[in-house]
Amino acid sequence: MDFQLTKEQEFVRKMVREFAVTEVEPIAADIDKEHRFPEENVKLMAHYGLLGVPFPKEWGGSGGDHIAYAITVEELSRVCATTGVICSAHTSLCAWPIFNYGTDEQKEKYLKPLASGEKLGAFGLTEPNAGTDASGQQTRAEDKGDHWLLNGTKVFITNGGYADTFVVMAMTDKSKGNRGISSFIVEKGFEGFSIGKTEDKMGICGSSTTELIFQNCKVPKENLLGNVGEGFKVALSTLDGGRIGIASQALGIAQGALDVTVDYMKARKQFGKRLADMEALRFEVADIQTRIEASRLLIYRAANMKDKHLPYGPMSAMAKYFASETAMYATTKCVQLHGGYGYTKDYPVERMMRDAKITEIYEGTTEAQKLVIAASVFGK
Amino acid sequence: MAFKIIVCAKQVPDTNEIKIDPVTKTLKREGVPAILNHDDANALEEALRIKDKYPDTHITVITMGPPQAKDMLMECIAMGADEGVLSSDRALGGSDTWATSNALAATVRKVAEKNGGYDLIFAGRQAIDGDTAQVGPQMAEKLGLPQITYVKEFEIADDMKTITVKRALEDGYQILKIKTPCMLTAIKELNTPRYMSIGGIYEATQKEIPTYSAADLGVDPDKEVGLLASPTNVYRSFTPAPKGKGVMIEAETEKEQADKLLVGLKSKFVI
Repeated sequence: MDFQLTKEQEFVRKMVREFAVTEVEPIAADIDKEHRFPEENVKLMAHYGLLGVPFPKEWGGSGGDHIAYAITVEELSRVCATTGVICSAHTSLCAWPIFNYGTDEQKEKYLKPLASGEKLGAFGLTEPNAGTDASGQQTRAEDKGDHWLLNGTKVFITNGGYADTFVVMAMTDKSKGNRGISSFIVEKGFEGFSIGKTEDKMGICGSSTTELIFQNCKVPKENLLGNVGEGFKVALSTLDGGRIGIASQALGIAQGALDVTVDYMKARKQFGKRLADMEALRFEVADIQTRIEASRLLIYRAANMKDKHLPYGPMSAMAKYFASETAMYATTKCVQLHGGYGYTKDYPVERMMRDAKITEIYEGTTEAQKLVIAASVFGK
Repeated sequence: MAFKIIVCAKQVPDTNEIKIDPVTKTLKREGVPAILNHDDANALEEALRIKDKYPDTHITVITMGPPQAKDMLMECIAMGADEGVLSSDRALGGSDTWATSNALAATVRKVAEKNGGYDLIFAGRQAIDGDTAQVGPQMAEKLGLPQITYVKEFEIADDMKTITVKRALEDGYQILKIKTPCMLTAIKELNTPRYMSIGGIYEATQKEIPTYSAADLGVDPDKEVGLLASPTNVYRSFTPAPKGKGVMIEAETEKEQADKLLVGLKSKFVI
């Protein structure tokens, strides 16, 4: 057992931290306030290889592993959770299923530009009536001989308004239930495909969360991802990996909130002494720090298992469950430790607390994680 | 033939996190992160920009330091340099600027032997831990190269034979043209260094970084490098006492301001 990061992973943290502090942090409050997608930084992330960390170089990626990827999302999210989730949704939810299930032709056409960051990716599973119960897909794909015809609506799609490539689930045979779902690669600009409403959210306000609308959308035959009827498997295995990304986002939010709070506590004086010297408040910090470290270990463990091709679904569910609750716990406490200032937008903990909440909800709610974890305990 | 650049870099303690040992009055190095010296990053960035424009450019980063300095060379490779070379030997320890420039000039000769010469040596103006700004110029002298220090703007001719630079002075700048091969030193105004790339990191750690000993370099530890051969020694280092707070003299007119200043100076017996 080895708990040391590799040289590469340490360098990735150093690089992403420098990048995040220099490029991402200065605009984090503004993009939150203006609900603006940080296109300029997404371009830079592409340039420096942050949008293809865990993919091999021959497919346009950076040649790293999933721990390096987790570190990337963590460090981005430490200063801006919006930027973290753009990277996570793109990498885990769009590029990865194409990497894992795609044919060489599909990888050539879609994975290469995604992993190099030339194109941005998104993932369409959730529907108005199919959230945690993802099997209730109402979007349908009909086999029209030389193409598939998609009809339906997806909601809450991260990166929706700015993505070029979408991995989309649709029902190809309703009579088969879960086994009647298939997945497709859809390009922005396909006839009959449009972006609907953009959500006005509590947090991660700079990220683009939209509806996807399919009205007689023609998808070429060769854009079926995996086999017919394999879509649910594609979706669930994709989400297993996505949870590493969201857990890392949650970890980054918690760490970022703690870091600024520690600085604040060293500077702020009340009753003639620094907050940092008050034992009751130090104990709060100890609680936060302990949960953060525990989250980090769970996440790196899950990422390491994924890299080693071990079954990691329950581990990534535990990582996401624990890290997202830690993010909520840490940010709530950090606002409290800032007192009145923490409730204002002059300090970043207010934004971080709003951003933290979504990590308990998307890519599987905490309750959905518990279902996965419990099933692994009981064997079903 | 490819344009060959040698960049001189140094691993230094991060001055943002510097603490002075209250007893010895010297820099505390334990637990202080080591970084690529700032001005050297500017030198490397300018070399990388040449490579961006002329992709067959070859960049070698050289350094003298302890074995850990390999990490910094790896960082330079992850930014885009082709190779790194470390000169490391206990016999090189304690070198002052004269001895260091001997060792680095020998390293340059060694690299030139391996790569078939060089066209440009680019160094940072100075290292943030020593602030001497002597090593670059001394290397140029020892290598018999023309040199320009404090480069703030850089342009290379398409034939790669001449370089035009803006050289910063205290009260202005000079525009100078220099023929290659030559030695330049960069200041921070020259450019903004890029980050490592993630892909570059994974390439850098795969590369072997050759390490040269004093014997490999052919330098004499008694006469050319190391503590004993160094003509200068640090006699004492101290932290300068902080300056007192300044006073702004406010008045209606400039004359009144001058009057107040005069009274103030006289009352303190300065004049």
